[in-house]
Amino acid sequence: MATHAEAVEHDHHGPEAAHEALAHHFDNLEQQREAGALGMWVFIAQEVMFFGGLFLAYLIYRMQYPQAFMAASNHLDWKIGTFNTAVLIASSLTMALAVWATQVGKSPKVQVAFMAATVLLGLVFLGVKAFEYYDKYVDGLIPIAGWFNPHDPVPAGVTLGQYQMFFWLYFAMTGLHALHMIIGVGIIAPIMWMAWRGRFSPEYHGPVENFGLYWHFVDIIWIFLFPLLYLLGAHYHGGH
Amino acid sequence: MSTNTTTAAAGTREWRSRFPTVNYLNADYGIWSWLLTKDHKRIAILYLISVTFFFAIGGAYAAAIRMELLTPLGDLMQSHTYNKVFTHHGIMMVFFFLIPSIPATLGNFLVPLMIGAKDLAFPKINLLSWYVYMVGGVLTFAALLFGGVDTGWTFYVPYSTNFSNTYVTLAGLGIFINGFSSILTGLNFIVTVHTMRAPGMTWFRLPLFIWSHYATSLVMILGTPVVAITILLLALERVAHVGIFDPALGGDPVLFQHMFWFYSHPAVYIMVLPGMGVISELVATHTRKPVFGYSFVAFSSLAIAVFGFLVWGHHLFVSSQSVYAGLIFSLISFVVAIPSAVKVFNWTATMYKGSISYDTPMLYVFAFIGLFTIGGMTGLFLAALGFDIHVHDTYFVVAHFHYVMVGGQVMAYLGALHNWWPKMTGRMYPEGWARFAALVIFVGFNLTFFPQFLLGYMGMPRRYHAYPVGEPVWQVLHVMSTGGASLLGIGLLIPAIYFIWSMRYGRFAPANPWPGTGLEWRTPSPPPTENFAVTPVVTWEAYEYRPIEEMQVIGPGAPDQPVGGQHPANRGADTEER
Repeated sequence: MATHAEAVEHDHHGPEAAHEALAHHFDNLEQQREAGALGMWVFIAQEVMFFGGLFLAYLIYRMQYPQAFMAASNHLDWKIGTFNTAVLIASSLTMALAVWATQVGKSPKVQVAFMAATVLLGLVFLGVKAFEYYDKYVDGLIPIAGWFNPHDPVPAGVTLGQYQMFFWLYFAMTGLHALHMIIGVGIIAPIMWMAWRGRFSPEYHGPVENFGLYWHFVDIIWIFLFPLLYLLGAHYHGGH
Repeated sequence: MSTNTTTAAAGTREWRSRFPTVNYLNADYGIWSWLLTKDHKRIAILYLISVTFFFAIGGAYAAAIRMELLTPLGDLMQSHTYNKVFTHHGIMMVFFFLIPSIPATLGNFLVPLMIGAKDLAFPKINLLSWYVYMVGGVLTFAALLFGGVDTGWTFYVPYSTNFSNTYVTLAGLGIFINGFSSILTGLNFIVTVHTMRAPGMTWFRLPLFIWSHYATSLVMILGTPVVAITILLLALERVAHVGIFDPALGGDPVLFQHMFWFYSHPAVYIMVLPGMGVISELVATHTRKPVFGYSFVAFSSLAIAVFGFLVWGHHLFVSSQSVYAGLIFSLISFVVAIPSAVKVFNWTATMYKGSISYDTPMLYVFAFIGLFTIGGMTGLFLAALGFDIHVHDTYFVVAHFHYVMVGGQVMAYLGALHNWWPKMTGRMYPEGWARFAALVIFVGFNLTFFPQFLLGYMGMPRRYHAYPVGEPVWQVLHVMSTGGASLLGIGLLIPAIYFIWSMRYGRFAPANPWPGTGLEWRTPSPPPTENFAVTPVVTWEAYEYRPIEEMQVIGPGAPDQPVGGQHPANRGADTEER
């Protein structure tokens, strides 16, 4: 059987044919949408592996030094952490609403408003984080050799090194998380611009949807970080 | 025939306008049309050039190693210099040559063609991956030039974090950045294979090259981020001494080894799986037979990818890992050899009663099958706990991995370059010289690395620049090895020369010189930018050899390039006999 000289032509009768957002190498918007979404999921899979290395280190050292980790965790203010968690979950809500707004064809103003709310909440989170980091600095808890000098006494049975272990994990994990949020804020800016210009519609809203996936992923990372880092020492009463 | 209408002087454009068709090479001119291209074929050529450059650097360091080891005394360079030389050889070869070699050059070029697509799913990300690769490569190369790294390509702590006075962090940064290039390439391949196959191209009609690249991409996506975070932690430890790997601060140096090898073992499968995909294609094409046991070969690629993640501990047999963990890793390492063996058996079975042609690509197939078998078997020896105790960190290990990486992967890479050179450049390479070079490379390779098995078995440690004067046999073996390396170097230069020569003087290639059955052979050589004039509709199985009339170039109207016949541009010209 010979191959057919069959051209896969664009459907000139439907709205997708002349859609400005259809890239030259895709046959139709549906294929483009599918490819974009799968691409984001694959990217998220590799991000999980990336953070996974830190979670592994946390797992190992927490199992080895439970006392040190509990005492160190006590230094983190769980009330601030809870507030930040609520802020991030709210930002995921506003992001989901932004995706919904593009899916049902709400006006650009509404789309941008939800995205702006997401950015705002993200910035609140980052601001609170910065404050927390500063707080650690004031307390002498920056885990760099030569700088690590806790003002509160380290509990008995816990070495300085083990105490420091928790804090570098705290900074590394929340720092990497914060970096991903900053990158996210950077990426949503051009998406907001596109929304403002009315580029998104029920037929085409891939960037918003895929960015939503990314944002929710960053949120989920925090949801794991929060109990591991903040709630560990909640019932620890010794020494602090 | 199309005319290339340009306003530039006719003389400088003359060689391009010899092509009777507009193709991806002459569709656009100027450096920016290459550096800002979104065409996967041009990006593949960009990668081909850079990968060759880094291979040459790694090769230069190898030459220095072999020169030092000609004599027992460490008289060519000091030990700290030698440490840097083998480190640079390893870093350049592993991260900047082997890992990108087949996927980024041939994968980028062929994946869309083989599945009948116009391009990869994300062309701009494809271009970005090349730039990221170049940034990583330049940074790492800069670290080497500033003063180098002396930790070994494995960067073991505590030397790399607490004691080494070299550019560890900068080199680590370069490798970290390079990792993203891998990740982006893998991401692109996975999405492309899932979403952009032509109508009728079902999963089990895909060429096995695609299956291997898919499996490779899975490993790239899941493994590379782990080495990324490991390098970050290494840098953190080195710069800030946070204590993750430092026992004095409660850390564990073996944790580094676990994290490093959790990626670096799957990385060797990133290196070899694409080569296996190539061999599947070459063996089918040059024996004119479908690959025996297609689904077994396809699934074996996936099996290697999965099992490859479960064996990292075989690098830690003597690193204070528990004996019970060692037992399990040893067992799984034996298991991971099984899918590789399945492939070797199936390739051999494919050849049985096939019509074997002894073209250069097939010569590389023979080399691969034999040398990969030796490399793989010696890997099994190393997976045996008792044996590994004796040969760990000796030249036995060095010989093993060079047999799989050079005897395997590089042979496959060369075979692939020869097989698809006509498609990529529209030119044939000179077959006589190519066969001669293949022979020189084969002899040179074996002369270099077989003595190293013996040396390792007799106790010669790796990463040592000197060895006992009182062991004359050792020097004999080292001299053989260095002689072989010189031969190998010469052998590798020959294709470099004739490939470049062929771009100007090579015979024009038809669409399907061998002939092969893949979709890439159904479009002109070189392909037009959009790959296919019309999207193919696939109604046949993989490797289904069909009557010549049915394997014409896919396009409207009559085919302009008969399979195996004379290329229009060659008509009337003096062409050499193949």
